[in-house]
Amino acid sequence: MSAVVQDPQLMVVNPPLVQGARDLHDLTDQISSVVEAKVYETPLKYWITLMCTGSIVLLLGAMLTYLVNTGIGVWGNNRPIGWAWDITNFVFWIGIGHAGTLISAILFLFRQKWRTSINRSAEAMTLFAVMCAGIFPLFHTGRPWRAFYWLFPIPNTDLNLWQNFRSPLIWDVFAVSTYFTVSLLFWFTGLVPDLATLRDRATCKIRQVVFGILSLGWRGSARHWRHYEQAYLILAGISTPLVLSVHSVVSFDFATSVIPGWHTTIFPPYFVAGAIFSGFACVMTLLLIARWTLNLQNLITIKHLDNMNKIILVTGSVVGYAYCTEFFIAWYSGNIYERFTFLNRAFGPYWWAAWTMYSCNVFIPQLYWFRKMRTNLWVMFVISITTNIGMWFERFVIIATSLTRDFLPSSWGYFHPTWVDICTFIGTIGLFLTLFLLFARFLPMIAMSEVKGVASHEKHVFAGQVEGSPSHR
Amino acid sequence: MSHSPDPAMLIAQIKDKLGIGEDKVYAVIGEFAEPEELVEAGRRIRGMGYTKIDAMSPFPVHGIDEAIGVPYSKIGWIAVCGAIAGITTAQVLIYYVGKIDYPLIIGGKPLFDFTYSIPPTFELAVLFTAITTFLCTWGLSGLPRLYHPSMNYRSAHRASDDRFLLVVEADDPKFDAQKTAQDMRSVGANDVEVVEG
Repeated sequence: MSAVVQDPQLMVVNPPLVQGARDLHDLTDQISSVVEAKVYETPLKYWITLMCTGSIVLLLGAMLTYLVNTGIGVWGNNRPIGWAWDITNFVFWIGIGHAGTLISAILFLFRQKWRTSINRSAEAMTLFAVMCAGIFPLFHTGRPWRAFYWLFPIPNTDLNLWQNFRSPLIWDVFAVSTYFTVSLLFWFTGLVPDLATLRDRATCKIRQVVFGILSLGWRGSARHWRHYEQAYLILAGISTPLVLSVHSVVSFDFATSVIPGWHTTIFPPYFVAGAIFSGFACVMTLLLIARWTLNLQNLITIKHLDNMNKIILVTGSVVGYAYCTEFFIAWYSGNIYERFTFLNRAFGPYWWAAWTMYSCNVFIPQLYWFRKMRTNLWVMFVISITTNIGMWFERFVIIATSLTRDFLPSSWGYFHPTWVDICTFIGTIGLFLTLFLLFARFLPMIAMSEVKGVASHEKHVFAGQVEGSPSHR
Repeated sequence: MSHSPDPAMLIAQIKDKLGIGEDKVYAVIGEFAEPEELVEAGRRIRGMGYTKIDAMSPFPVHGIDEAIGVPYSKIGWIAVCGAIAGITTAQVLIYYVGKIDYPLIIGGKPLFDFTYSIPPTFELAVLFTAITTFLCTWGLSGLPRLYHPSMNYRSAHRASDDRFLLVVEADDPKFDAQKTAQDMRSVGANDVEVVEG
C-alpha cells in the first residue's frame, strides 16, 4: 500500500483533499474563525450582500401578504393552465435540495471522502431549498393557516373529513414533510460535534450558553462516537431511498394523471436524475461564491469541484437520454395526442422554453468531457448557472406545454406570468440566499470533525508529500 | 405528602448519585497528540486490568472501541423498531381513514389497497426511523446534559480541537488516584491529572 501511495505521480492523479493546514488545530481555527469573527471583521461585501438578499425576502413577504389578502387570482394561473409557475417553482426547489442529500447520504455510503468539505453546506442548502419549495403549494391553497388540516391527517372539527390517500398529492405531503424533517435531523446530528468545538472555544458567556445548549453536552467520548457513527450510518441509509422516493412521488403528481406528456413511466427516474443535476449545479454556484469570499480554497479544492462536475456531466447526460426516450416513445406509441404534445413541445408556442432547456441541460454540460473545462472556475460558474436556468425551464416546459394544448382546441391557452408570479419567485431566491448567507456566517460551514478525520488519515497516506505543496489558490 | 425534603439535601443526594462535587474524584485523564497513540495507550491501560475506560476525541478514532472495550451500539435494533412502528401507523391510519371513518368512492377505486398505501407507508417508516435514531443517539449517550465532570480537566476543551484524551474513571474497582496516574504516565500520556467530580 505505502509503495503505491508514495508514488509522486499520486499527487497529480489523486491530490490530498485537505491542503495547506499544518495540523488539526489550524483546521479548527480556520473554520471557526468565520463563525467567531466580530461584526466588523466580516468583510463588508458580506453585509452588503445580506442586506440586498434580505430586502428580497421583504419582497417575498409583501407578495405573499398580497396574495393571501386578495386571492390566488393574482397569479397568472388560468384555464387550461391551472398549474403554472407555482408548481414549477415547487419542483425546481425540491430538486435543488436533492443534491444535498445525495452528497451527505449517498456519497457517505459509497465512502467518498471528498464529500466532507462540502456536505454541511449542501445539507443546509437542502433545508433552505425545501423551505422555499413548501411556500408554493402552501400558498396555492389560498388559506395557508388552514392548510395544516387539509394537508395532514389531523383529527379536527374544522373540516370533519380526512385526506384521500389514493391521491398522489397527499403522498407528496408525506414525502416532502418527511424529507424536510429527516434532512433537518441529519444536518443537526452532523452539526453537534462542531457546535461542541465552538462551545469549547467560546470566550463570551452568551456564546458559551448558546453553543452549550445546542451542542447537548457533547464531549466526544468514545461511547458518544460509537452511537453517533451508527446513527449517522442509519440516517444516511434511510435518506438514500428517501431522496429517491421524494422526487419519484413528486413526479407521480404528474405521472398518475392522464395528460399527454405527463402520463409516462419514465418520470420517476427522469425527475430524480434532473433533481440531482440541478442540485449539484446549485451547490456549485454557492460553493464557488463561498470559496472565494471566505477563502476556503485549501478545503474546497479543485479536486472537489472536478468531481462535482463529473456528476453534473453524468446526470446531465441521463437527463438528455430521458428527453430522447420521451420523444422516441411519443413516436413509437402511435398515440396521436402523445405525438402532438411532443412536437408541440419542441416547435409549438413554447419552442423558446424547450430549446433553452435542451441547450442548458444537454448541450452545454457536454463541455465537461474536457478536463480543462472541469477545472476552470469561470466555466464551472457559468455552467452552474445555465444548468439551473435549464432545469427551471425543464419543469416549466413539462407543466406548461402539456396544459397549454388540451384535447379540444377550444380549450387551448397560453400562460403569462403576472408581476406577482415573478416577484414571488425572485423572493424565494432571496430567501434561499439569505438563509444560506446567515448559515455560512453563524454556523460552521465545513464539517470540522469529518474534515479532521480525513486530514488525519491523509497525513499518513501523504507522509512527507504534503509539506510545501502549493495549495490551489 | 407530610413534608417535602430539604432542597439542599436533595441536591446533595443527586450530586452524590451523579458523582459530582469537589470532594469526589471523577477520573484520571491524560492526553495524546495522535489518534494511534491513544489507541495503543488505551489497549495497554485495559491490559493492566482497568475496565471503566473512556476516550475523548475530536473525531471518531478507529480501533478505540475494541482497544478500551466500548460495547456495540444498539441503535440499529431500536431503529428497526421505529421503522416497524412507522409502517404500522401508516397502514392502520390509511385503513381506518379510507375504509372505516370516511369511505369515499372515487373512480371506483378500492377503499383500501396495499399498493396505493405504499408511498405514505414508506415515508412514515423513514420518518419514524429517523426520529427514533435521532433521539436514541443522544439518549443512549446520556445527553443532553449541561455539566460533566470531565470538563474540569485542564485541557478538556482540546478534546474537540486537536487532542485525544484517555479517561480512567474513579468507579473502576482497580482505581487508585496515585497509582492510576502513574499507569497513565507509563503508557505515554501527557498532562496527566486527577480530575474532581
